[in-house]
Amino acid sequence: MSAAITLDPRDRGGPAQPLLSVDGLKKYFPVRGGLLNRQVATVQAVDDVSFSVRKGETLGIVGESGCGKSTTARLLMRLMDPDAGSIVFDGDPVGERAGITVNEMRRQMQMVFQDSYTSLNPRMTMAESIAYAPRMHGTPRKEAFDRADTLLAQVGLNPRQYARRYPHELSGGQRQRVNIARALALEPRLVILDEAVAALDKSVEAQVLNLLGDLKSRFNLTYLFISHDLNVVEYMSDRVMVMYLGRVVETGPVEQIYRRPRHPYTRALFASKPTLDPDRRTTEMPLTGDPPNPINPPSGCRFRTRCAFAKDVCAQSAPPLAAPLDGEVADGPPHLVACHLPEAQAAMGANTHA
Amino acid sequence: MPDIGLAATTTDTPVLQVDDLTVRFKRRNTDVAAVNGASFALRRGETLTILGESGSGKSVSLKALMGLLPGYAQVHGKIWLDGREILGLPAAELAKLRGGAISMIFQEPMAALDPVYTIGEQIAETIVQHEGVDRRTAMQRALGLLERVKIPSPERRLKNYPHEMSGGMRQRAMIALALACSPSVLLADEPTTALDVTVQIQVLLLLRQLQQELGMAIVFVTHDVGVAAEISDRIAVMYAGRFVESGTTREIMRHPQHPYTQGLLASTVHGAMRGSKLETIPGTPPNLASLPPGCAFAPRCRYTRDACRTGDVPVITSPTGAMVRCVRATETVPA
Amino acid sequence: MSDATIDTAQRVLPAADAPAAPAPGYWKSVGQRLLRDPVTIIVTLMLIGILFITLGAPLVTNADPYAGSVLARLKPIGTPGHWLGTDETGRDLWTRLCYGGRLSLLAAILPVTISLVVGGFLGILAGYSGGWVNTIIMRTMDVFYAFPSILLAVAICGMLGNGLTNSILALGVVFIPPMVRVAETVTTQSRSLDFVEAARASGTTTLQIIRHHVLANVLGPILVYATSLISVSIILSAGLSFLGLGVTPPEPEWGLMLNSLRQAIYVQPYVAALPGVMIFVTSMCFNLMSDGLRSAMDVRLNK
Repeated sequence: MSAAITLDPRDRGGPAQPLLSVDGLKKYFPVRGGLLNRQVATVQAVDDVSFSVRKGETLGIVGESGCGKSTTARLLMRLMDPDAGSIVFDGDPVGERAGITVNEMRRQMQMVFQDSYTSLNPRMTMAESIAYAPRMHGTPRKEAFDRADTLLAQVGLNPRQYARRYPHELSGGQRQRVNIARALALEPRLVILDEAVAALDKSVEAQVLNLLGDLKSRFNLTYLFISHDLNVVEYMSDRVMVMYLGRVVETGPVEQIYRRPRHPYTRALFASKPTLDPDRRTTEMPLTGDPPNPINPPSGCRFRTRCAFAKDVCAQSAPPLAAPLDGEVADGPPHLVACHLPEAQAAMGANTHA
Repeated sequence: MPDIGLAATTTDTPVLQVDDLTVRFKRRNTDVAAVNGASFALRRGETLTILGESGSGKSVSLKALMGLLPGYAQVHGKIWLDGREILGLPAAELAKLRGGAISMIFQEPMAALDPVYTIGEQIAETIVQHEGVDRRTAMQRALGLLERVKIPSPERRLKNYPHEMSGGMRQRAMIALALACSPSVLLADEPTTALDVTVQIQVLLLLRQLQQELGMAIVFVTHDVGVAAEISDRIAVMYAGRFVESGTTREIMRHPQHPYTQGLLASTVHGAMRGSKLETIPGTPPNLASLPPGCAFAPRCRYTRDACRTGDVPVITSPTGAMVRCVRATETVPA
Repeated sequence: MSDATIDTAQRVLPAADAPAAPAPGYWKSVGQRLLRDPVTIIVTLMLIGILFITLGAPLVTNADPYAGSVLARLKPIGTPGHWLGTDETGRDLWTRLCYGGRLSLLAAILPVTISLVVGGFLGILAGYSGGWVNTIIMRTMDVFYAFPSILLAVAICGMLGNGLTNSILALGVVFIPPMVRVAETVTTQSRSLDFVEAARASGTTTLQIIRHHVLANVLGPILVYATSLISVSIILSAGLSFLGLGVTPPEPEWGLMLNSLRQAIYVQPYVAALPGVMIFVTSMCFNLMSDGLRSAMDVRLNK
């Protein structure tokens, strides 16, 4: 696989250099209210998130609503400006004098959104939507439309049948294929898939997941796969990052995270997954209550208010992402966990069933 | 009407029995056959899950049971609730049943709860309407219901408006509202789909526990195989407005007979499939405005033969009560 | 609840394998839907008729709209030579109605056009830029909103002095705030739509996005709203002339005619009501046409 990656003429630092590294990413939203529209609170949507994506891998980001996974995606695409943090794309800092501009990065990094309908302009045909971005970047009309036809065929839609159709005439799965084709039109190296299969029926979801797998090897893509669906993330990802209330609580290779989650939240999350085995139904609630509001989150470890192991130290300081405290070392990418307590990391949950 | 295996297997009378339910949406230039002959029966304390994808007719079936379909919908068939036929009852009679003997919870509690009344007022109002008790008693009952659905600090929550609650709390409040008049049948239309996983499992466990305590029958509609496995006693798989297969949860999950059920289970992703290609069902669901003759799944089925495209598809019922509607089943299932 | 059901019924339709024929373009399909709506066709035909008799007044009447005759004052409807009767100075009413429509329509449509251009621009600017630009524009508009529209129009006319130009300017100012608000709302909505984000994410410039994605989706609702404003504008501008703040006598104008015929209401009630009927019918037609446009432009109601 790495041999194929080095063939990419745009590659700069070789296979060892991460394609994307993010350091200290932060986004706070002001909540305004009152008479003079003053800021009354802050939503700490993304708080000090750092990670990197290797060339050719799929990094899965998983978490519940309000955990900041979608905000992270939008910050990476610069659809909103981060309050702090740096983004480095293949060795080049983005938006800094020494590096590449946001627009240069966007040519190499594209995004597929959850809602297949609203992410297509209702007044544009499929071919127009796919050809749009290349045309804005100066590709001649004929060439852009020819390429749109090729892309349609590559995502499994017959261009003769679909190129001139409008979004409302297609099914959700077909529209999502078009969205994928559009994301590929600029020949990106990294594709962010933000809940890209969440709105699809299961049988269609499987088709699209297969398609994503095919396209990845065909175009040497790197994926950032964001989802709330634990099963889909496990199937797609090489590495996984678990987020809770704007922070990363655990990250590591998919087998390690799923086989032996160290963070109490990760364990509870996996234990909440409905079983497919009617004889091994869930009998105990892994967690009670809803995820807390990201407005003014708890001090220290954000999970402590729902954690069975919480101690004083958890309220005092935020635990850093570090190697698990049991000292077990595995080969490959590091497994990191943000938890103060060795006993909380060592506890085994009821999540060992698949 | 052939016995399609969903009839109650024991002697006690079912609380809900549905016979050959059909729903068509007929308007100026469209004729959508949303439900095409659904039959099932349900005993006290039993949960039947209707499993299907969007457009399969599962939600429409539920709304037909509640009498919630728009005027241009043509509903036919027979529906018995506690032994009384309810389809075609006058609107006033039906309104009395709704929220009383039969009630429903929805995917979006925010849309189903009234934003301008507190949770307590809404529950109390339902009780006053159906049972004619005074407001104070009704409020007391509402408090008890909130405790029952395990809403923390229920006295305070009673005075909350829907928007002041989190998604999980709202769903619990809606369950409390639905249970206000101790219904014998609870209809649940994807009640956990909009919730986070950690909240979803709480609501599923709550429903299971409430059912044990109160003994109502539940018709649960979902597209999620995992949720179906957690909640149901029996599962009926719906495709293009028809049940293609039904049986106990174990039968369906372990030994699916119909090619559609097999495909649905195979395309439900889980971790063990890592690295391998997913099995998929090719194509898209049929257009309900022009269903093919014969088996509606035939265009997507890998076993299709001539017999599938013509005439009625045989319904095979096994001695255990499991049903499958498939030409192939005549050979694979011992009759 | 029933809405959700309709939704289910409709959503299943496009799920089927799509037919091979390509779909018509967006504006073409809007046109096709308009042609299938009898009410819109009828009111459009009526408006064309009104436009014809006003702009082509010399073709439909030979009389002079200013020349009266003391002998022929306040003749009833059906008088030979004056089939709609005459006014208080003996001028032919049919002729006056035809010529009067010119000023009435001008005084009604021009303010809406002004507000469409100015308000539409400000609204799209406010909606797309957000932040402090939005705050300044929208708070300024809120100040204007504090006054009832007719009062505001009267006040501005009072300041500028009476006359046709000033009444048009006054109404233009009155219509700008609601137009800004509509434009701002739809722009803000379309700005946060995923396809606009997707265009931004592929490096499209702000101007290109506004031209290709925002304008196309914002123009429809704004045009529909403008059409419905014309119906209000007709009544308001007639009101201003009625109060003596707009067109000055002896110019024919429906509002002014209504005012001068007011004294004759006990003598010739039907004749006196005719300018009012014209105002009502024209206003109604614009209103119904805007309704028709609105539903024809709704992409989701296709079929």
